[in-house]
Amino acid sequence: MKRYSLLLGATALALAPAAAMAERGSSGHLNIIYWQAPSTLNPYLSGGTKEVESSSLILESMARFDETGAMVPWLAESIPTVENGGVSADLTSITWTIADGITWSDGSALTASDFVFTWQYCTHPEGGCAQAANYDGVTAVEAVDDKTVRITFNAPTPFPYTAFVGSESPVIQAAQFAECLGARAPECTDANFGPIGTGPFKVDEFRPNDVIELSANPNFRFPDRPYFGTVTFKGGGDATSAARSVCETGEFDYAWNLQMDPTILAGMAAQGRCAIEVAFGTSVERIHLNQTNPDPALGDARSTVEGGPHPFLTNPIIGQAMSMAIDRALIVEIGYGAGGKPTCNVLPAPDLYASTANDGCLVQDIPGAIALLDGAGIVDTNGDGIREYNGVPLRVLYQTSTNAVRQDTQALIKQWWAEIGIDTELRNIDASVFFGGDPASPDTFQKFYADIEMYTNNFAGVDPQAYMASWLCGDMPRPQSQWQGSNIQRFCDPAYDALVAEMARTADLNERGRLAREMNDMLVRYSIIPLVHRGGVSARAATLEGHRMSDWDSELWNIMDWRRTQ
Amino acid sequence: MTDTADRTAKAAPSLEAYRPPRNQWWDVWDQFKTHKGALFGLGFFVFTLLFVFIGPLIWTIEPQYIDIRARNAGPSLAHPMGTDQLGRDTMARMMAGGQTSIAVGLTAMALALVLGTLVGVLAGYFKRLDGLLMRTTDLFLAMPLLPLLLVTIMLFRDPLRANFGPEGGIFILIVVMIGVTSWMQTARVVRAEVLALKEREFVLAARSIGTPSHRMITRHLLPNVMSPIMVSATLGIANAIITESALSFLGLGFPSDFPTWGRLLFDATDWLMQNPERVIWPGMAISLTVLSVNYIGDGLRDALDPRIRGR
Amino acid sequence: MLTYTIRRLILAIPTLLFISFVIFLIVKLSPSDPTAGLPLTIPPEVREQIRESLGVNDPVVVQYFKWLKLMVWDEPLHFIEGATGWQVAPDGPRIISYQTRSPVMDLIVQRMPQTLWVVGTSYIVGILIALPLGIISAYKQYSVFDQVGTFISMVGFSVPTFFTGVLFIVIFAVTLGWFPSVYDTTHEVTDWDSFVVQLKQIIMPVMVLGLYNASQISRYLRASMLDNLNQDYVRTARAKGLGEKTVVLVHVLKNSMIPVVTVIALNVPAVFGGAIITEQVFKVNGIGQLLIIAIQSGDVPVVQTVSFIFAVLIVLFSLIADILYGVLDPRIRYD
Repeated sequence: MKRYSLLLGATALALAPAAAMAERGSSGHLNIIYWQAPSTLNPYLSGGTKEVESSSLILESMARFDETGAMVPWLAESIPTVENGGVSADLTSITWTIADGITWSDGSALTASDFVFTWQYCTHPEGGCAQAANYDGVTAVEAVDDKTVRITFNAPTPFPYTAFVGSESPVIQAAQFAECLGARAPECTDANFGPIGTGPFKVDEFRPNDVIELSANPNFRFPDRPYFGTVTFKGGGDATSAARSVCETGEFDYAWNLQMDPTILAGMAAQGRCAIEVAFGTSVERIHLNQTNPDPALGDARSTVEGGPHPFLTNPIIGQAMSMAIDRALIVEIGYGAGGKPTCNVLPAPDLYASTANDGCLVQDIPGAIALLDGAGIVDTNGDGIREYNGVPLRVLYQTSTNAVRQDTQALIKQWWAEIGIDTELRNIDASVFFGGDPASPDTFQKFYADIEMYTNNFAGVDPQAYMASWLCGDMPRPQSQWQGSNIQRFCDPAYDALVAEMARTADLNERGRLAREMNDMLVRYSIIPLVHRGGVSARAATLEGHRMSDWDSELWNIMDWRRTQ
Repeated sequence: MTDTADRTAKAAPSLEAYRPPRNQWWDVWDQFKTHKGALFGLGFFVFTLLFVFIGPLIWTIEPQYIDIRARNAGPSLAHPMGTDQLGRDTMARMMAGGQTSIAVGLTAMALALVLGTLVGVLAGYFKRLDGLLMRTTDLFLAMPLLPLLLVTIMLFRDPLRANFGPEGGIFILIVVMIGVTSWMQTARVVRAEVLALKEREFVLAARSIGTPSHRMITRHLLPNVMSPIMVSATLGIANAIITESALSFLGLGFPSDFPTWGRLLFDATDWLMQNPERVIWPGMAISLTVLSVNYIGDGLRDALDPRIRGR
Repeated sequence: MLTYTIRRLILAIPTLLFISFVIFLIVKLSPSDPTAGLPLTIPPEVREQIRESLGVNDPVVVQYFKWLKLMVWDEPLHFIEGATGWQVAPDGPRIISYQTRSPVMDLIVQRMPQTLWVVGTSYIVGILIALPLGIISAYKQYSVFDQVGTFISMVGFSVPTFFTGVLFIVIFAVTLGWFPSVYDTTHEVTDWDSFVVQLKQIIMPVMVLGLYNASQISRYLRASMLDNLNQDYVRTARAKGLGEKTVVLVHVLKNSMIPVVTVIALNVPAVFGGAIITEQVFKVNGIGQLLIIAIQSGDVPVVQTVSFIFAVLIVLFSLIADILYGVLDPRIRYD
């Protein structure tokens, strides 16, 4: 308790008087609505946000991220660093110590062997573990003693806080999952639907894709928490109806991911029953300009390097003009409200990595864009209102996933581009197809059978190294790789690849920041047009307090502190 | 029950022999005119057609033009039906949307009706075809619609887009998809009626004098299954307009900035509290169009039925 | 009639096999993917491993026969074991959902109650409204009752449930506060009070769906009644001195029921299929929601199993309709 309060610092102290009076279960019942319902409570079997967040009420990890992105020791005694000897000097191993007095909800003690088991469970070759990326590069997890876990990496790892940190790689109980390794994972329905955890709540009933009933964990390590005795976690419907059930009918206390028109949401919040909470992580809504030619006439060579470069989008002048024509502040105002900030960076956070070199794009400049194109000789030669570049008219097919806000953004951008002489055809594709990655479908975002596409991407945790490595020349989706690959816009620059390699060797934080910013600047000139730095938007009932929203971790990361105002 | 068509053909000349020969369709029109509901329906339908097809010539605001300062405005002189969340003029969008919705509604309904009637009549009349056709109907009924649409889109969108352009290609795709997935109810209803009809005396009589099958169907069976077909037609238009909106919502339909009535209604639903007029326009347009088609259907059925026309 | 029924039942087996294979092909061909819902932070290699562990990459025919064997042999045995307690179920694998990694049949069983409550009740309500509406509308054609009835049923059919549902919520849940806007699937009816709670939470979705169903059925009934009211046999019946009630409610109604029976029989399987949009609007989370989520997340086993059960019901009810035609009009024969 003492350790925890100290770490939470001022916020917790400010709340201390109320907290001191409250006891476990004193706030009664909590109703949470997630309009996408969790399909399992085992985050290793389904890595969806809904599964990860719902299971974070039950399962915990060594450390969690607070609302500033700072690590908070959770099951661990403290955060291991090179300075305190927790991380080896050569950066190849990290040693965690479990805090005293932590038990599972069935009363048995949490030991280091549970962590070893969790690692084996997720890295089993037949298991299809959704969180395997968190254990990338880990060669061994050992139980040094009952309380100490050592993780060894295959190479120096400047940022070793991936395994057992955050809500995505929590520890599961070895005793419960012992028979569920690998291909047998699906046979353990009872365990997957009712994992035993160390967290503040335990599962009473789970109905997949529908509802979870939870109650306070009687063996939780803080005797006075959680303040809520029971929780109903309901799923289904859509964002608007979820917001309505918190802000208008008051049936629910907390609604997640309210991606809806901000005017409607603000209108609901104005009635005073709820408050809108926003937290920013690393999500950026961006436009990718296809650097290869998506012409259907090319057949199989479409959108590949073999098909040749794009007839005009590889020209930085055109990309720059397209970026200048966009009023990012207006897109935010219309589509995102408090849940977005205009940005010119594909890597907008943490602060260390955020470049300021491109901030000129924050102001829309249509005359400037027209002058730029005119100056470069890219003009309308045949009088149809559309400019030509080397005889090719600037007509683009602009695709994205189906979502009301994205369609509004598309309509706005189409009009701005029309003003600078670029003609746009819009297409929206069902999200399950667009993000599905089926190599047989022409409509996946990896295949990119369009000139331009828009979606949001981000990276988990606070370290951008793996994320920036997405744009290596060799990572382009192509037929040989079943269209897998993260370099969606087919960007290729040997200088960029060199920077990626340099970052992997560099441990100094400031130097890493400089490298990341340099890479960001290369990308946004002009194969990616960043639009909006997006935050998570949630609504909480006015009577709910103690909520600290983090986009770096599960939004429910500190649910043990939530309580009803007196 | 008598052979209605034949009786008209024979009776009309004998009674009106002194009049110049008159097209049978004038009689139909005369009877139709006496049906007040049908006239009203026809009037409203013509008005709607004028509104959506001639309207844009007078009201020249582009339906896709964004005037961001005028967003979420209520009805005013500049925007008689208000604007949407991007400041696009609702009246212009209602006109443009009506063109698509009415075209999709009528063509898809016609396709479903033709398919359904054909299958229904053939299955009901020819015993040998019954099993095969009805099991095909079962197959279509059991098919999960959404995956079917996804597959169709995946296979046919690009060839159609290449041949007919983005909007023409999608129009064909949507009309065919709606038509092909909504004929089953009509087919089953028509078949059931035909099964009952073909045991009636007048059919047996016609058959006993050696009437060939195609004439049996066109002259004796079809006129007697008009009522359920008319109901199917009315319901079919509503169904096609709504289904189209569901398709474009799923990203399987027209481009998102291309308005249709169903889509306008869908988009406006979230604004029910703030801008209630936004749901009223498309909601009314769809309902009243369907209602007017229903009345036209009623009048047409009465007018085509010689037993009523005689009175 | 008996031989006809038996022949149709035997014929149903190859029909269903064929239908299930076509459905399987379509579902497999459709471009949804089980990893589509995962955050983009999960790398492609991991996605591929997930697909591999689900068996998505096996040849289609192999997958189909695996599913078929489980569907027609193992799952019924599990059902028998669950219903009777006999130890007959084999130990092997079951049909497993990709999303939840749990048996598909358990999911279906879990969702049946709310679907039957909401969609089933709405169907009964729809029929109960449609019968008098259709009969009176036809009998008093062009009366005020008929005009109002026509207007309401046309509006009821042409205004989609995604709108009426939200409208009802805004009026009755938000403004008046009479009914809950979110359906509680864990609620159990044990006594009068809990029954009232249940009634309150089903009333809005039931009315939305009931209105839609009633519109459709009443239109067919009205048209068919109108056809029959002009027939010679009605005049004969009246001439015989039968009461007006008997004439209309027995003779005319019986002869007008064929299209109505067709439409009802066609839609009874849809009760099992749930109502996708209405379930979504009111968060009923029944079979309809199970199906739509499964489609969106490329969950082939769930889509396939639900569609198959749906197909069985369709084949069964089209047979029932055919038998009913014979009862309503004894002249119809199939032999």
